[in-house]
Amino acid sequence: MEEIANLFHGFAIALQPFNIMVMFVGIFLGVIIGVLPGLGGANGVAILLPLTFSMSPTSAIIMLSCIYWGALFGGAITSVLFNIPGEPWSVATTFDGHPMAQQGRAGEALTAAFTSSFVGALFAVIIITLIAPLVARFALQFGPPEKFAVYFLAFCSFVGMSKEPPFKTIAAMMIGFALGAVGLDSMTGQLRLTFGFPELLTGFDFLIAVIGLFGIGEILLTMEEGLSFKGGSAGINPKVVFHTWAELPRYWVTGLRSCLIGCWMGISPAGATPASFMSYGIAKRMSRHGDRFGKGEIEGVIAPETAAHAAGTSALLPMLALGVPGSPTAAVLLGGLLIWGLQPGPLLFVEQKEFVWGLIASMYLGNVLGLIVVLTCVPLFAAILRIPFTIIAPIILVFCAIGAYSVHNSTFDVVMMLVFGVLGYLLKKCNYPLAPLVLAIVLGDKAEEAFRQSLLSSQGSLGIFFSNGLVGSIMALGLIALFWPLIAKALTRMRPRPAL
Amino acid sequence: MIAEPQPAGPNHRWVERGVTVGIAVFALIVLAGSIQAGVGWGVEGPKAGFFPFYIALLILIASVVNFVQINATVPRDHLFVEWGQLRLVMTVVVPTTIYVALVPYTGIYAASALLIGFFMKQLGRYQWAQVAAVSIMVPLLIFVIFEKWFLVPLPKGPIEEFLGF
Repeated sequence: MEEIANLFHGFAIALQPFNIMVMFVGIFLGVIIGVLPGLGGANGVAILLPLTFSMSPTSAIIMLSCIYWGALFGGAITSVLFNIPGEPWSVATTFDGHPMAQQGRAGEALTAAFTSSFVGALFAVIIITLIAPLVARFALQFGPPEKFAVYFLAFCSFVGMSKEPPFKTIAAMMIGFALGAVGLDSMTGQLRLTFGFPELLTGFDFLIAVIGLFGIGEILLTMEEGLSFKGGSAGINPKVVFHTWAELPRYWVTGLRSCLIGCWMGISPAGATPASFMSYGIAKRMSRHGDRFGKGEIEGVIAPETAAHAAGTSALLPMLALGVPGSPTAAVLLGGLLIWGLQPGPLLFVEQKEFVWGLIASMYLGNVLGLIVVLTCVPLFAAILRIPFTIIAPIILVFCAIGAYSVHNSTFDVVMMLVFGVLGYLLKKCNYPLAPLVLAIVLGDKAEEAFRQSLLSSQGSLGIFFSNGLVGSIMALGLIALFWPLIAKALTRMRPRPAL
Repeated sequence: MIAEPQPAGPNHRWVERGVTVGIAVFALIVLAGSIQAGVGWGVEGPKAGFFPFYIALLILIASVVNFVQINATVPRDHLFVEWGQLRLVMTVVVPTTIYVALVPYTGIYAASALLIGFFMKQLGRYQWAQVAAVSIMVPLLIFVIFEKWFLVPLPKGPIEEFLGF
């Protein structure tokens, strides 16, 4: 099969010495980022993105995706040891992970978390290997209306499936679109929404928004809780690792179910966070030990971690194949691809085979390397959090500023980073979701372009979006996703009540 | 039962109302800008202001809905943040604002040294020797990593110019 041949060729690329070194560096940085608050997955990748400008695109994306893995793994460390979720998708891991640590079973919890993550991510990468080329081939037939329909589906899924009130999601998303529209209009070459300010010529870069909203904003939120991290100590000795590994296969049903949940939610823009919660909730309801969840039940760690990593990984599938990122971090990676002049989407599989398969091969390797690195280095990473907050906080702020500056070599961007930071703090506290905002900034221009091209060819008629079976069904799916909460409510009301 | 003293702070409802109004104002600004760019149909299809115009409209509608829903979704006495917590947040916002303002003038390295130094001395109460050590070492390290290794130029100020960089 052509795919296997491509994959092996990809391995040949990924196994070059420079790329292997880059993988190690990436994973290491990624775990540190995942462990430190304020430097989350999306933010960390955003800050380190400009560093990769001097590398070839293939090496750069390998490093960035390894940073992504590292961050995925790192979030679990702080969740278990310090009850501080390093990432939003590690929140569910704290429910059972921290109690386990408090009972002295930190090594067990961490091993379970890392191994589950590994399995979840591996499952998703295999799915990507098999399905992505098919999706890409299919998507090559997409014209502007179909492309817009896919974006429409993505955005509607956010509104319909997020836990925040739909009108706040809509507001956040639209703010993102509006911010993305500032600057040069790609279709007419006209300047818009700049009001005469030369600094706004280049518009608002999504990287600045990410660093500000997710980085500075996160730090400000953390500040409310005070100036220190308190937590347990940890070491993982090999005996605990093997003992836990022997125990894990017992939960293969939970694992498989979580993989499927994760992949499904990762491919749709729902993402890793809802995947982890959903998986935890379902596992709790379906497990024999459901009532022990929340008190240190190992299954309560396996379920969310597997799902979160499967989701985080499979979020890369729509990014690669369709050009629609499934998560904020995937959005940053997409932005990176655009900066290097690569067009994510079905053509990538045709024109840049080496790049795509090198990346996919590095996902396998990065996953394995990541597992090895975290299992051996947990005490080191945990020690980082012991660095007093008053030393590490300003250093994080400095790195955020460097990240913001290095995007366009502009100090105005550093100012904007701070503005976004305060904005992120206010919005989060008022329950506005930030992920749709970032996605809209990244995708806004492309979605608008597809929309306008469609309208151009249809002479202004919106009917073009329902003109054939394919585009019509994608739009219909989008509308269903948008109104899902109402539909779900109606469905439950129709179901007969169980007899008491 | 002895009642604990209630922590004080700005009321959540009022702050959220302010945020919603702020968003609506933003939408109005975008509306104005879109109309300026042209909202109708041109020879090349929808004009530049077409898309942002309807986006801004959606923001306005959503903001109205959100404003109305505040009373229903937020409990009356809910605090947005406690004053004590806000003070802690400000201990980051204020120095960072000064830092960001200084960067164009002093370069990022000098400003970073000052920021780290401030945090360590004022908030961490470390000794001058430790403060000086860390706040000089870190920017130095960053200089080496970014300027020499990754070749990413960062803003420099009078000190670096004096040293010949």
